[in-house]
Amino acid sequence: MAETTVTQPPATRRLRDYGVYAALGILVLYNLAFTENFATLANLNTQLVQVTPILIAALGMALVIGTEGVDLSVGSVMALSAALLPLYLGYGLMPAILVALLGGALCGIFSGTLVAVVGIQPIVATLALLVGGRGLALVLADGRLKDIRNPMLLELGSGSVLGIPIVVLIAACLTLVVGFLVRYTTFGRQLVAVGGNRSASVLAGLPVRRTLIVTYVISGVLAAVAGIVATARLTASDPSAIGQLAELSAITAVVVGGTPLNGGRVRILGTVAGALLMQLISATLIKHNLPSSAALVVQAAIIVVAVLLQRPRLGGGG
Amino acid sequence: MTAVTEKTAVVAADKGMTKREWIAGLVQRRGSLVVLALIVIVSTVAFDSFATVDNARNIAMQSSFLAIVALGMTFVIISGGIDLSVGSVYALGGVLAALGIQWGSLTGILLPLVVCGGIGMLNGALVAYGRLAPFIVTLATLLGARGLLLAITDEGSNTRVMPRDALLTQLGQGTLLGVGYPVWIAVVLFAVGAVMLQRTRFGHSVLAIGGSVEAARLMGLPVARRTMWLYTGSGLLAGLAGALAAAYSASGVTIVGVGFELDAIAAVVIGGTLLTGGAGTVGGTLAGVLLLMVIQNVINQIGTLSSHYQSVVSGAFLAAVVAIQAYLSRAHLGRERGT
Repeated sequence: MAETTVTQPPATRRLRDYGVYAALGILVLYNLAFTENFATLANLNTQLVQVTPILIAALGMALVIGTEGVDLSVGSVMALSAALLPLYLGYGLMPAILVALLGGALCGIFSGTLVAVVGIQPIVATLALLVGGRGLALVLADGRLKDIRNPMLLELGSGSVLGIPIVVLIAACLTLVVGFLVRYTTFGRQLVAVGGNRSASVLAGLPVRRTLIVTYVISGVLAAVAGIVATARLTASDPSAIGQLAELSAITAVVVGGTPLNGGRVRILGTVAGALLMQLISATLIKHNLPSSAALVVQAAIIVVAVLLQRPRLGGGG
Repeated sequence: MTAVTEKTAVVAADKGMTKREWIAGLVQRRGSLVVLALIVIVSTVAFDSFATVDNARNIAMQSSFLAIVALGMTFVIISGGIDLSVGSVYALGGVLAALGIQWGSLTGILLPLVVCGGIGMLNGALVAYGRLAPFIVTLATLLGARGLLLAITDEGSNTRVMPRDALLTQLGQGTLLGVGYPVWIAVVLFAVGAVMLQRTRFGHSVLAIGGSVEAARLMGLPVARRTMWLYTGSGLLAGLAGALAAAYSASGVTIVGVGFELDAIAAVVIGGTLLTGGAGTVGGTLAGVLLLMVIQNVINQIGTLSSHYQSVVSGAFLAAVVAIQAYLSRAHLGRERGT
């Protein structure tokens, strides 16, 4: 991080660190002024609920990117957990959720081991799971969509406590937990150290492999949670649609949130703001009758701007 | 276990080219070809309908589009980069071909090439001159190109049909010596690509850049310019493949190409090209593409297996290949990074 201070003027650095909050703030103000029915509780809840699966997956993605990796498999893991859920709902909701989470953890162990022990680049290791995971999900579900009739799971998807949707509460809790994990625990410090300089971490005697594997496991479990939430929201387990391209949305949220792709830094709150920003952009464009194609182009432009701001770090010393 | 491997790797490096290294290198470069041959032999014995002219023609045609995209990807990955935008660009190429053909076949082929080449050049410029991470730049153009596609097709609802008798449509559907033109085009492009990579200054500089950007720059190679052309080429090839695929199906289908970049990357990696850059072959990529397509074909031949097993097998195969590669490359290259 000292490197950043040297290579970046303070203004750029501040823009990089707080730009996403500023952009989010401006967009919210714009909507308050020009979009009808924006400042209603219903709309606010809709926006938040829509973003929860991506947000939860993005939390894990932020950790993985913090280790200088990337987890392309989150979308497929979401599909896998969605496919596992109805298979075990017969035994009750809790066992089904546990199995789905276990599936996510196993996926994390798989990619984590490939990355940390076998020494494969994160992109390829998780690419294999991206390709295979969704196939496995479709095989498990027989390629079919299954309606969810479990009342508790449906309540989880559509219910709310004190006016706040349950899924939003789950996302908020997970954000707090992951944020705490990064900032205040040994594991968090080790994660950032491994991402910042892996060789140095090895030399310093840090448990590099364990840290990496645990990071991918967390990402897998969070993706599984995202899959459960998406299933509960959809009131159906649809392994061919759930989590489709979620990895790209999650990466976008993390990068726009100011976490550099080259590791050593994790910004959980920024990631949340990044996910909200991307959600709000497409919502705003749709509300103003702009086509979804415009939303895609605007998102592309925002990604480029976000990485341009991080450029001095990404460019390295060269 | 790994510690032992590393130790052996160091010893092997000291002795120069050992037998182990030689085998490692061979498996790395020719492994996909060997597995491909094995699968083809086994399937020929196991399924009557596998080794037929029709089926071979079928596999060749299906492979040709992915192969053309994977060719550009091979060069990009050898240079140490990655191009995630090719799936969207491929779809965009098809839609643009169907759009342009109403002004004649020449426009039908030039429009996708110009626009997709332009997108590739934008990728290249941002990577080479903007010094942005290829992964994220091409992720942005993945979204942007898909957005452009939606914008020119009334949000994806308008699938333009290409006239059957147009020259471009013939290029997609016609055959020469019983083999479709797209297959011939893919074969010619791979031959040119192989010569370019192995025998020309351009190819050597791409290998050098992938090996070490810093060293390449110090040697005085025009790193930025080369990098920009690599991505331009990747965009061009993806656009061409899309245009050919559209001509083959005589329509600019808007929903194709999602995840196509991943197939292309998988084919390149299975073909023995290192994602770290600096090493790889065009022929390996061709074997990788064929391998993916043959696996798909064999699963269809088995019939009782659901087609979803195809991606499970592809994924498992990819994981196995890269695991073996990682294991071998320690012996072969002695260039282990990180731990």
